[in-house]
Amino acid sequence: MKILGIESAAMAASVAVVTEELVIGEFTVNLKKTHSQTLLPMIDRLFATLEMEPSELDAIAVSGGPGSFTGLRIGAATAKGLGLALKKPLIHVPTMDAMAYGLYGAAGLVCPLMDARRHQVYTGLYRFAPEFETVKEQWAADIHELIGELNGRGEPVCFLGDGISANRAILEEEVKVPYRFAPPHVSRERAAAVAALGAVYLAQGRTETAEAFRPDYLKKSQAEREREVAERQGEMEKLAAGIVVVEH
Amino acid sequence: MTEQKIEGQGEKTEEVLILAVESSCDETAAAVVQNGRQVLSNVISSQIDLHTLFGGVVPEIASRKHIERINQVISQALQDSGKCLEEMTAIAVTYGPGLVGALLVGVAEAKAIAFAAKKPLIGVHHIEGHVSANFIEHPDLEPPFLCLIVSGGHTHLVIVKDYGEFEILGRTRDDAAGEAFDKVARAVGLGYPGGPKIDRAAREGNPHAMEFPRARVGEHPYDFSFSGLKSAVLNYINHARMTGEEICVPDLAASFQNAVVEVLVSRTMEAAAAFGCRRVAIAGGVASNTALREGMKEACGKAGLAFYYPSPIFCTDNAAMIGAAAYYEYRKGNRAGWDLNAVPGLRLGER
Repeated sequence: MKILGIESAAMAASVAVVTEELVIGEFTVNLKKTHSQTLLPMIDRLFATLEMEPSELDAIAVSGGPGSFTGLRIGAATAKGLGLALKKPLIHVPTMDAMAYGLYGAAGLVCPLMDARRHQVYTGLYRFAPEFETVKEQWAADIHELIGELNGRGEPVCFLGDGISANRAILEEEVKVPYRFAPPHVSRERAAAVAALGAVYLAQGRTETAEAFRPDYLKKSQAEREREVAERQGEMEKLAAGIVVVEH
Repeated sequence: MTEQKIEGQGEKTEEVLILAVESSCDETAAAVVQNGRQVLSNVISSQIDLHTLFGGVVPEIASRKHIERINQVISQALQDSGKCLEEMTAIAVTYGPGLVGALLVGVAEAKAIAFAAKKPLIGVHHIEGHVSANFIEHPDLEPPFLCLIVSGGHTHLVIVKDYGEFEILGRTRDDAAGEAFDKVARAVGLGYPGGPKIDRAAREGNPHAMEFPRARVGEHPYDFSFSGLKSAVLNYINHARMTGEEICVPDLAASFQNAVVEVLVSRTMEAAAAFGCRRVAIAGGVASNTALREGMKEACGKAGLAFYYPSPIFCTDNAAMIGAAAYYEYRKGNRAGWDLNAVPGLRLGER
């Protein structure tokens, strides 16, 4: 069984081919270059290096979000195009789940943090007890709110992700439970983790068609939020006239 | 596959089938085009109802919708064409200009399909696509010809010297023609999209009820400017509202439209005369406007010029026009790499 993993939710551009036992190949870069230019050339080189045909794949696992809206869509469209042409199923792997899975076997809680700016993070809570378990499904949180929850749980925690550097001072100041930061090789998103967790989902039959796949942004767009306010306040005409709708 | 001989060369050329994808704005579209001129399928999934709620295209919503619809649209285009992906000669995609997030969906999708199906990839300029829409229904039309490109984002007057080769004679200095339609429609309460709404309202109105200014751009005889006209219309509306005067929307729409059409037609005819063009075409979303079509038809008729325009279905954003443009790129040997990126500000004639 061979699964292609695609990860483009944040800064990392990462692709991997994984079997039940082995990461056959993985290319990962953490560069501020658009995924549009890096992702498919990496997939092309990965298959060429492995002397493997894309048609040998059983499924395509995608880091499904949350993350950068554009990054998620580049990964999703790439996976959907591959799925359409190869007639293979897709596996939607929540981005926080894949990040946590990368720290396999860690003691205590695993808490991925993805920077969502202004001290907001995408996060989730996981543990290995001994198998991978979701304690709290991924959500968008204020960093202070998250720390309050962790302090309340009173368990040791291991953080990873780019939300650490964005909130380091606050974490060091406010976290009262024993905590660690993951080392560099497991500190960010990686496609091998997406594909490996994807293999677990595949065994459980958790696949979807390339047609149906869509990212899980976790956040509504600004326009959708504005529309909901307009609907609530009976100001749809104002919205259609292009006038900014303000919540009362 | 059928094969045909090119006379005198003794060479066999294959039938070229192109699967084209377009997602530059708010239409998710795919088409299969044979030899650049024969449209085997043309599927368009429009998001217009959604964007109408916001009075215009919301980029993030457009991008999200593209992701949800793109595979269905492509599969439908293949199915309608009676061909399968394996039979395609190449995959083509619009890579600019347009909304970056929207373009990226089509670009990433098309690249992945081309890679997995082992087909060459062709990046197509959206505006070249609009121009090429004229080839679909006019098998006799070949470069050189004069073309007026008018849409929500573009107003260009060009000589199409050869396939994919343009000499730009003029462009808008401010608003695109279609943009002016949208803004005026919104101000007068007709809503989005402005082009078709104004067009309809204008049919009941007097095109000379009000005379709005027609701008010239100094030493650039073929350039356009619509911001002055737009301001004049908006001022008229504001003045009328302040003085409690009732606005006759059909008259206003007809008068505004007449000013736009007159400028577009007169510049085009002046350029045709100056450059000795015997054939004139129009392209882009505004090329669907009935007054523009009538005005151009009449002026070309008087001047003895051949006039070409696409059916409305090929004027709106569609992928058949992208497949038509891609065919000539394919013939020239132009291929895109797997690093093809979306270029939102891609200029005409730029690669």
